[in-house]
Amino acid sequence: MTKRYAMAVDTRRCVGCNACVIACKTENALPEGGFRDWVVQEVHGTFPDLSMQIRSERCNHCADTPCVAACPTGASHVGEGGVVLVNRSKCTGCKACMASCPYGARYVTPQGFVDKCTFCLHRVERGKGPACVETCPTRSLTFGDLADPASPVAQLVARRSHAVLQPEAGTRPHVFFLT
Amino acid sequence: MSVTRRQFIQIGAAGAGAAAVGSGLATRWWGLDRDPTPDPRTDGDAVVPTYCELCFWGCGVLAHVKDGRVTKVTGNPAHPLSRGMLCPRGAGATGLLYDPDRLRQPLLRVSDRGEDRFEPVSWDAALNRVAEGLERVKQRHGTEALALFTHGSGGVWFKQLMKAWGSSNIGAPSYAQCRGPREAAFQVTFGTPLGSPEPLDLANARCITLIGSHLGENMHNTQVQELAEAVGKGAQLVVVDPRFSVAASKARYWLPIKPGTDIALLLAWIHVLLEERLYDADYLAQHANGLEELKAHVATATPEWAGPITGLAPALIRDSARLIGAARPASLVHPGRHTVWYGDDTQRERAMSILVALLGNWGRRGGYVLQQKYPLAGYPHGGPPPPATRPKVDKPKGGLYPLASEVLASGLCDATRPGQALYDLKAWLVYGCNLVQAMPDRPRLLEAIQALELLVAVDVLPSEICGFADVVLPEATYLERDDDVWNGPWRRPFIAARQAAVPPMYDTKPGWWIVKELAAKVGLADHFPWKDAQDFVKARLAVKGESWETLKLTGVLLGAEAPTCEEEGADLSFETESGKIELFSKDLEEAGFDPLPVYRPQEEGPPGSFRLLSGRAPLHTFGRTVNNRLLAEPYPENEVWLNADAARALPGLGGRALANGEKVVLVNQDGVRSNPVRVKLTQRIRGDCVYLVHGWGQTARRQRYAFGRGASDAHLTTRVKIDPIMGGTGMNGNFVRVERAPEVA
Repeated sequence: MTKRYAMAVDTRRCVGCNACVIACKTENALPEGGFRDWVVQEVHGTFPDLSMQIRSERCNHCADTPCVAACPTGASHVGEGGVVLVNRSKCTGCKACMASCPYGARYVTPQGFVDKCTFCLHRVERGKGPACVETCPTRSLTFGDLADPASPVAQLVARRSHAVLQPEAGTRPHVFFLT
Repeated sequence: MSVTRRQFIQIGAAGAGAAAVGSGLATRWWGLDRDPTPDPRTDGDAVVPTYCELCFWGCGVLAHVKDGRVTKVTGNPAHPLSRGMLCPRGAGATGLLYDPDRLRQPLLRVSDRGEDRFEPVSWDAALNRVAEGLERVKQRHGTEALALFTHGSGGVWFKQLMKAWGSSNIGAPSYAQCRGPREAAFQVTFGTPLGSPEPLDLANARCITLIGSHLGENMHNTQVQELAEAVGKGAQLVVVDPRFSVAASKARYWLPIKPGTDIALLLAWIHVLLEERLYDADYLAQHANGLEELKAHVATATPEWAGPITGLAPALIRDSARLIGAARPASLVHPGRHTVWYGDDTQRERAMSILVALLGNWGRRGGYVLQQKYPLAGYPHGGPPPPATRPKVDKPKGGLYPLASEVLASGLCDATRPGQALYDLKAWLVYGCNLVQAMPDRPRLLEAIQALELLVAVDVLPSEICGFADVVLPEATYLERDDDVWNGPWRRPFIAARQAAVPPMYDTKPGWWIVKELAAKVGLADHFPWKDAQDFVKARLAVKGESWETLKLTGVLLGAEAPTCEEEGADLSFETESGKIELFSKDLEEAGFDPLPVYRPQEEGPPGSFRLLSGRAPLHTFGRTVNNRLLAEPYPENEVWLNADAARALPGLGGRALANGEKVVLVNQDGVRSNPVRVKLTQRIRGDCVYLVHGWGQTARRQRYAFGRGASDAHLTTRVKIDPIMGGTGMNGNFVRVERAPEVA
């Protein structure tokens, strides 16, 4: 069966500490100012009737990929398990992918190529989880193969109420926010 | 246009691919072959287990080393505090190691103290200068005139030096400027202070109550892990905070309390628990004294009484009390950590400890559990005995603060101003704590500093206190040094290794080396018979036949498991005078304090001012990490939180409302002005207070990133209310006006 990598982000557990962000930056040796993941705090209401959702966000590794469609060189492509990747040797830094991404998931490195979350495929291939998942002190992040109904991520998505970001964009995201 | 841009690109790519068939090389460019998985190659060739020093929780980490550089720091799965997971600060340790502003060599002051002008010198010259200064102070004023301020694991060596030298004046701001009131209160009620890490079984709690504690923003790793675990298992939160904290956003009940009225709320909660019999009567009958006195004491402390005081609806007080009571005994009222607020803090913590007792939560699963230390032997000495010394001098003449159980750092500062204590302090060793941000009332601190004959600062970064030193000694960071083992208490006792991952950069040295060299220069070499830190640790381990080789491999040695709560078969005992939990405290009564907590109103600020509150952000450890470029990326500076509606009503804005993110200046009741700081206009805070994350607004220009960035709450804390029970410095009695920052020309 073909793998379909996905992530579940438990917004009830997440405290927005940014451990995922720093772990990603060091694991992937990201340049200053470059982020593959980030934390959003979304507040609703007025004092004292307030609610807040905290989300650790990253590339949604969509099933319908405007970024890949927009890439003129084939640098942006869909790799193993549906993971959206950028081949930096093919990337000219034209930013067409960035303009097409509804989630702002990409940035340009100082070397001129576009960079983004890879779900840490280099770790996954060695049987480890993505760096953000492994460090997360609140165990908010669950990564795995959605195509395997027994996987923790598939179980969470099946059992818990969840949402994806901007479903109206029609991108069919594979990062699920558990509510 | 009949061909879309997307189709055009596809056509172009197909054409090029077709043209390239047969060339082989070109197919690498045009996508017929499989792309390699990008690997940043940050896994270490060597992976060194050690424990973290970015805060003081002491999480086990794995330092990945490649080509002589630490590429990343990850959690050590074998370590009970990190369990393989790290907070952002721990993961950001390389930002400290490779901070371009690190201290690189010893420095000697070359102009007036505080002018921050230094010349680099050799270690020999620097330590000679320290030794001469120490000898001079000893001859004129005695050995006890030397005080040590310390915060961090390398402080162990400097404590040994103090012992050999002959002074017990060793303090840390982590007591009287932080945990102190709760330590005193739990000592009174349960017979034991809590210490760190706190003995809490958060993971198994069914209800967790936070009172001014913002766990989640306050990022003590294991506690946050367990908070999330509890939430994941359906635990309910009750959060009392003037600010809609992260924890509040997850709470069943958020109580946006008027600052300074917590004791009224706690008495009302106790009233409801007693009135509705939501307490553990059997537990109290077996273990506690003073229930009848407590009942009489809170008889009139109804939610209707507390409502107008706290600004909370009586129904909210009652409903939250019922939730807390119904979850007993696994209903955990967190003791908090930074508890020096209003000068009556021991009494507030006493009320919290009484609540803990009523819920039967002490010694129970999901509550305050029993912890132990790993039974590691001390260093098998054989050196000369330490000299007898005069008693420590952190209390003023006449003696106050009867329940202080640790040395008051503020008291040591005061004893440095001539004539305040039994004898004057004349020299300070400051290890790893930036007193300029840690201490309130900066003018008083600077007065003490200027009265010193010698000030030596040991640090990894040129922090503000270094700027006031006569000699600055640059320590290696934790990733570059060996230290003593971690031996804190935990539910399952353990020790953890501190071992260097890479050699010290620049001309920096580990604490043990500094102390050993300095000891030799002041004739105390006999007290330090070990060769180095590892030799010291090996000798400690060898006493019971344990091996360094085993410890260094995983970084951790686990001790024997023992019952941690009644459910696991532990027997509860209380080291109070009566041997029982003291709801009513005779000790306090005899010392002239309220034997049961009493609510007394706090002073209000001038009209148009806001009470200044402070707290933590998860990416930073006070001011220690502000210069860390890695951690600064997601959190570059603090902001002052101001209620958006209150902002609209501010006077003196010239008809133009404040905009979110605009720079403002805070001016306190004594006219002290903050740096310009961005304002965060938000619904997430009451309209009568403002909030700053602590640690910003630093004045040390050698920390080039941190310098002048954000605003310092400590700088604005010129008024202090001293807790008469244990000497804590209550800091939340300061009020600020908010002014638009002047336009920069």
